[in-house]
Amino acid sequence: MHIAEGFLPAPHAVGWTVAAAPFVVHGARAVVKEVRENPESTLLLGAAGAFTFVLSAIKLPSVTGSSSHPTGTGAGAILFRPPVMALLGTVVLLFQALLLAHGGLTTLGANAFAFAVVGPWAGYGGYRLTRGLGGGLLPGVFVGMVLADLATYVTTSLQLALAFPDASTGLAGAAAKFLGVFAVTQIPLAIGEGLLGVLLFRVLTVNARPELERLGLLSPAPVTASGGAA
Amino acid sequence: MNRRSLVDVLIVLAVVALFAVPLLLDGGTSEYGGTDAAVTEDLEAAGYTPWFDSLFSPVGEVESGLFALQAAIGGMVLGYVLGRLRGRRLTQETGDAAA
Repeated sequence: MHIAEGFLPAPHAVGWTVAAAPFVVHGARAVVKEVRENPESTLLLGAAGAFTFVLSAIKLPSVTGSSSHPTGTGAGAILFRPPVMALLGTVVLLFQALLLAHGGLTTLGANAFAFAVVGPWAGYGGYRLTRGLGGGLLPGVFVGMVLADLATYVTTSLQLALAFPDASTGLAGAAAKFLGVFAVTQIPLAIGEGLLGVLLFRVLTVNARPELERLGLLSPAPVTASGGAA
Repeated sequence: MNRRSLVDVLIVLAVVALFAVPLLLDGGTSEYGGTDAAVTEDLEAAGYTPWFDSLFSPVGEVESGLFALQAAIGGMVLGYVLGRLRGRRLTQETGDAAA
């Protein structure tokens, strides 16, 4: 989903930067607020950031014969709500833009909008919807992680289509073309990411139960239920 | 092995299979190029010239090293946090048992 350095025309680069900036600033304040009000959240915040750091570094093969990487932004969005990931995701993108020549500074705004804003919100929305429909924590996590991943790549495709509409088929044609490159490849990766998210939350439900209860992901268990869950 | 760890192992195996099976079925016919690079190649072939270059571009193996570094930092932090949380639970459990 990284649009490479210099590959968005300047007006688009500026536009997406302006669009993403308020989310990132708001996200930074959300992180500071969370750490200040709930210092015990620091560990889980670190886990959320680290999860994105690992997953976005790993390029995986897909059924289409090309490879891509997962995003890992859904976990933090589900734990702490999406604004937090606007900051953490942008830090990841900045690391990759500066050290790996992956993505870029001119495209940081567009990439942050896809990876750190739309992805986390889509994932959070999918999670909340699943829970609202009566699904448990783990099904919600699976849906949320898959959607965060897919929505990121769909957004990148649309951003590219906006910047490079097809000469004959226009915006829709270009969107179809870019979605063809990104979205199909991404499906198995998104499913894999969903499974890894389930694995992470299975560990958290045992070892970080107080945090999950405080964050509203789990309802407090009856006092007698100790032992069974471990 | 209790039921809980069995489920964990099965999930890990499912993830591995999800990526290994396409690779095996493919039999080496695909190149597995990155989708990001596929798009930039497309755009350059269509006549677009990027107007800004990366300030720093790692060459050759340095790039894969830096990607490994990124994953290593993430894995380290994640492992540290999960280890601490687990240690906290175990301490609490033995505390509860002693009380």
